[in-house]
Amino acid sequence: MKAAFRQGIRHGIPIALGYLSVSFTFGMKAVGDGLTVLQAVLISMTNVTSAGQFAALPLMAANASLAEMALTQLTINLRYALMSLSLGPRLDGSMGTLQRLAFSFMNTDEIFAVASSQPGRVGKTYLYGLMITPWLGWASGTLLGAAAGTLLPAFIRSALGIAIYGMFLAIILPPSRKQVSVRVVTLAGIALSVGFRLIPGINRISSGFAIIICAVAAASLGALLFPVREEDRG
Amino acid sequence: MNWAVFLPYLAVTAGVTYLIRMLPLTVFRREIKSRFIRSFLTYIPYAVLGAMTFPDVIFCTGDVRTAVCGTAVAVALAWRGRSLLTVALAACCAVALAQAVLLLI
Repeated sequence: MKAAFRQGIRHGIPIALGYLSVSFTFGMKAVGDGLTVLQAVLISMTNVTSAGQFAALPLMAANASLAEMALTQLTINLRYALMSLSLGPRLDGSMGTLQRLAFSFMNTDEIFAVASSQPGRVGKTYLYGLMITPWLGWASGTLLGAAAGTLLPAFIRSALGIAIYGMFLAIILPPSRKQVSVRVVTLAGIALSVGFRLIPGINRISSGFAIIICAVAAASLGALLFPVREEDRG
Repeated sequence: MNWAVFLPYLAVTAGVTYLIRMLPLTVFRREIKSRFIRSFLTYIPYAVLGAMTFPDVIFCTGDVRTAVCGTAVAVALAWRGRSLLTVALAACCAVALAQAVLLLI
């Protein structure tokens, strides 16, 4: 039990460090958009989603309707539904309804990615260990950015911005190297995403929605070309 | 921002985000029979993360040249199977180094 918790913490630390830099930027921007430091931190403590939070700031500043706010969050964050759906069957018997309700709160891109890269089924002890430092990192980074963001030299702020992508690459590249199927899916997701950004007209689709389309298309392609066998599923 | 304006926004953003994550984990819990859907769900993490990484990583530092340096270092280390923390920190250092070199040129 204890070992699983420690392993979760260990896997959560790089996520927390990545979050520090991203939430730092969020804190700076939130205060710039007219929120107080406490309000910025409250958003981070309750939402724990980078793209959704960044998208909420201009809407708040513009006094947008609550319906528009809800729809924006739904579009940008709908990818989490896919992740929860994907992770659900991988949870073990220790993850009862109450545990699932608690874990849902922290099923972020990175936590999902790390949890689903674990061999076999994952249990609550590991997941709680995995959740705790990223949440602290996300909240404290926001606090630091909101309170003191402008004090940090610009070159450090911009260098921190790549941390989260380095983490993503460390998650997707090793299995892409080993399995042709994963390599094809990853490259398809990348190619579609680049296309969505570059092709005129299509690039007006919001980034949250574009990611859903890219992910569904690339994963469907993988499922058609390389259906998994029962023994492949850890 | 006025708290009377802020709190409804907070409730909506947090509530919608939580429901999106929570419903598929609690409501749909039976074993998935379809081989296609099981395969699809297996590949979703790689598809999502691939799409979220590119092209965004190229623009994340505000200067494409430094971002490409950081990305190259991250790809090289990740390909060799180094840990998340190693790859993330090395990418940050590569960007910082590239920025320093650009300043000196």
